[in-house]
Amino acid sequence: MEQLVVVGNGMAGVACVEQILKYSPDLDITVYGDETHVNYNRIMLSSVLAGEKNADEITLNGIEWYQENNINLRLGVRIVDIDMKKRLVTGDDGSQAEFDKLLLATGSAAFIPRIEGVDKSGVFTFRNLDDTRALIERAGPGVRAVVIGGGLLGLEAARGLQVRGADVTVIHLLDSLMNVQLDPSGGQYLKTKIEQLGVRVLTNKSTKALLGNGHVEGVRFEDGETIDADLVVVAAGIRPNVELGRKAGVAVNRGIVVNDHLETSDPRVFAVGECVEHNGQVYGLVAPLLDQGKVLAATLTGNKGPVFTGWTPAAKLKIMGVEVFSAGEVREQPGVEVVRYEDPAMGVYKKLLVKDFRLTGCILVGDAADSHRYMEWLRAGTNLEVRRRSLLFPEPIEDKGFDVAELPDSEIICGCMGVSKGAIITAIHTKELNTLSQLKNATRASTGCGSCTEMCQRLLKAVAKDFEEDKKKLLCGCVPFSQENLREIVQSQKLKSVQEILDIYGNGVGCEICKPALSYMVDVVWCGDHQEDRSARFINDRVHANIQRDGTFSVVPRMRGGVTTPAQLRKIADVAEKYSVKMVKVTGSQRIDLLGIKKSDLPKVWADLGMPSGQAYTKGVRMVKTCVGTEFCRFGVQDSTTTGIELERRLENLFTPHKVKMGVVGCPRNCAEATVKDIGLVGQDGSWQVVVGGAAGKSVRKADLLITVETSEEALEAAQLFFQYYRENANYLERTYDFCERFGIEKIRKETVYAKKEERKALLSRLQKSKTLSKDAWLERDEPVHPTQFVQIQPMEALV
Amino acid sequence: MKWIQISKADNFPLREGRCVTIGGDDVAVFNLGDRFLAVDNACPHRGGPLCDGIVSGETVICPLHNYKISLETGAVLKPEMPVRVITYPTRVENGVLMIAVPVEKEMVA
Repeated sequence: MEQLVVVGNGMAGVACVEQILKYSPDLDITVYGDETHVNYNRIMLSSVLAGEKNADEITLNGIEWYQENNINLRLGVRIVDIDMKKRLVTGDDGSQAEFDKLLLATGSAAFIPRIEGVDKSGVFTFRNLDDTRALIERAGPGVRAVVIGGGLLGLEAARGLQVRGADVTVIHLLDSLMNVQLDPSGGQYLKTKIEQLGVRVLTNKSTKALLGNGHVEGVRFEDGETIDADLVVVAAGIRPNVELGRKAGVAVNRGIVVNDHLETSDPRVFAVGECVEHNGQVYGLVAPLLDQGKVLAATLTGNKGPVFTGWTPAAKLKIMGVEVFSAGEVREQPGVEVVRYEDPAMGVYKKLLVKDFRLTGCILVGDAADSHRYMEWLRAGTNLEVRRRSLLFPEPIEDKGFDVAELPDSEIICGCMGVSKGAIITAIHTKELNTLSQLKNATRASTGCGSCTEMCQRLLKAVAKDFEEDKKKLLCGCVPFSQENLREIVQSQKLKSVQEILDIYGNGVGCEICKPALSYMVDVVWCGDHQEDRSARFINDRVHANIQRDGTFSVVPRMRGGVTTPAQLRKIADVAEKYSVKMVKVTGSQRIDLLGIKKSDLPKVWADLGMPSGQAYTKGVRMVKTCVGTEFCRFGVQDSTTTGIELERRLENLFTPHKVKMGVVGCPRNCAEATVKDIGLVGQDGSWQVVVGGAAGKSVRKADLLITVETSEEALEAAQLFFQYYRENANYLERTYDFCERFGIEKIRKETVYAKKEERKALLSRLQKSKTLSKDAWLERDEPVHPTQFVQIQPMEALV
Repeated sequence: MKWIQISKADNFPLREGRCVTIGGDDVAVFNLGDRFLAVDNACPHRGGPLCDGIVSGETVICPLHNYKISLETGAVLKPEMPVRVITYPTRVENGVLMIAVPVEKEMVA
């Protein structure tokens, strides 16, 4: 079998490998990546920086993909040498690999201008996930951030930093932002909009030195002016990584030179992506690079035929909420007519460049709704003679900017992933897709830069049987982020209290919806090592009892497994009489409920009972219901009481997104109804079935089988894995049955019981950490968190 | 109006409510950090104990059915109801919270 070595684990390289696999080639593939992450969507780094996505969400190919396709993946290894005679690559760890074919997908690196002091700490680039993480770590409210470079990358970095609360200044060498894609007027419109959003922009500024002693403290410009800075991002452009091309002895210009088949000057060496130069052109945007990958896959697998003929440069993006579109040749040249539309008050700028009645270039700032029409004119070379007087306006009749029906089926809707209109429509029909997220999963359309999202939505609306908008599940108006997002923010920003989150990311106030949710979030993210703020908790969690309609409370002591003793029952009876309990109720959960207790009596009641809290008032571990099992039952095949009591012991006192009710039964007759519990253990002869996500409330749902195991210990461990996974991933107030539906049991299995050993260990150790820091809430009877926690305050002076 | 010494200000934790019985009436007192606000301790909806609600800015959310009450004006903000909860002026003197109660109330006591 031939050996293919791929140097580079980025978007272009891996997309090319994906295409290669489609030919089922007889190749043994090894991929080297100098980053330690699996393949991810680099375009989305700005969303990670802005906290809109977490790092996992931008993964394109997880580790399983490499395994399933038998690709040897070497992460964190940088190839430093190539020996063409021996056909050998050498990594910076000394490892070597032989190849028959070599694919260079080395991408590009940040260009660092020669500025004095650029090596100081606090100076970053913004190219990869590590850069992004470092920036997230440093950026925060009040941090003075300076971004050197007002191009695409610099502005994206600025946006992310600003969302993180930093005080951002963008420095640009030339007089106009994004000077590659825009003309000076377009740049000025963009600048005005960005400044309105609170980012300072300094143009025509040449940076002379970064100041500070070891750590950057300021920036000095050629004109002598200085500004303060706590961190600096250098985004002055990118340069193709061509060093390995030179080592391989192939032709190198600005990039590694390739022909229309993506072959280099050496028949054994191929190249793809940002490191490549084709017809004098180096591409930095994703669509042409994926096109290159398709062509190269054919070439490399012996199916030579498709050619790469170059792309009209085009970029559509949203920078700080400002739509920008640029395509074709945007510089004004002799013989080119310019058509312009400006609306300074609305911040809209449009410019078309026309030659011989054909569109040659286009700039849109502030409104890019018509970009598809112009792109189509550019691509097809449409003769615009009849429309010459109304180029910037829609067709007089019905043309509402752009109509999906007008497009041919072959038209590529998602340029990043190469998905055509026809493919999307077929997928919507055959797979009965109704939401954008389903469409994304099924076709991968709109998972790249996201600029075709609107188009995909329109297609869905037009074609899908029951079109549904994806719900944006923001926690609430006080902190307008999704819960996933907030968890990531809490973690990366090391926020440990509810008020901090509200102050920095919200309205500083909070409400009855977000406060308890955030309270849970800081608890679970920090495994109990958070700053508890009782004012953010619902009353039940301040006084550890369930408030009733008359303002009194109910008390349910813990009775593990529903097993009690005569002594306990006697105590319960005494307490009920002593405090004139209005009702004693046996609950459906095999517990005893004492109703109608005054808040100020709670500590005394708990002390008299001498039993721990049953947590019947909170979003937490409620109980484990059991049947009598092998100890007494003549049908029992497993010891359900002992196992149930142990399960309750291991999980009690912990908090969960919503209440967690459990059941353990000693045989499939299921007397304690384990199959309609959040977590159930169902005893079989010689094994346990662990089931999750059951419900017997407003709706009834039979639990999903998580796993079947032989021993009680294994069953307990599986339950614990699911329990912690649910704690970490479910939204607050999401019961396990909704969670299981949303995630799907296959994914849950894969990430809990079938996860790699270290992942399972990590889940269990986080659970253990939480458990160690947890305690019986009713012990606060002796050590209240506040002197008046349970007290009705009496005035110091009486009314006279 | 008569000002009555209630309790050390420290006895009212930040952003929480506490119930104080003044002359037979229950008053909910809230510590908003920069000031204290006091209202009758009964939600106009079903009489829920407002002192046990979650504080949201200058409002409190009744723990029983999430009615939202303004602590400044006593108005029921969500859902709107044409009734008000009685409010009481407060001040802190030498670290002690004082509440002003109407004279009729004094008479009753």
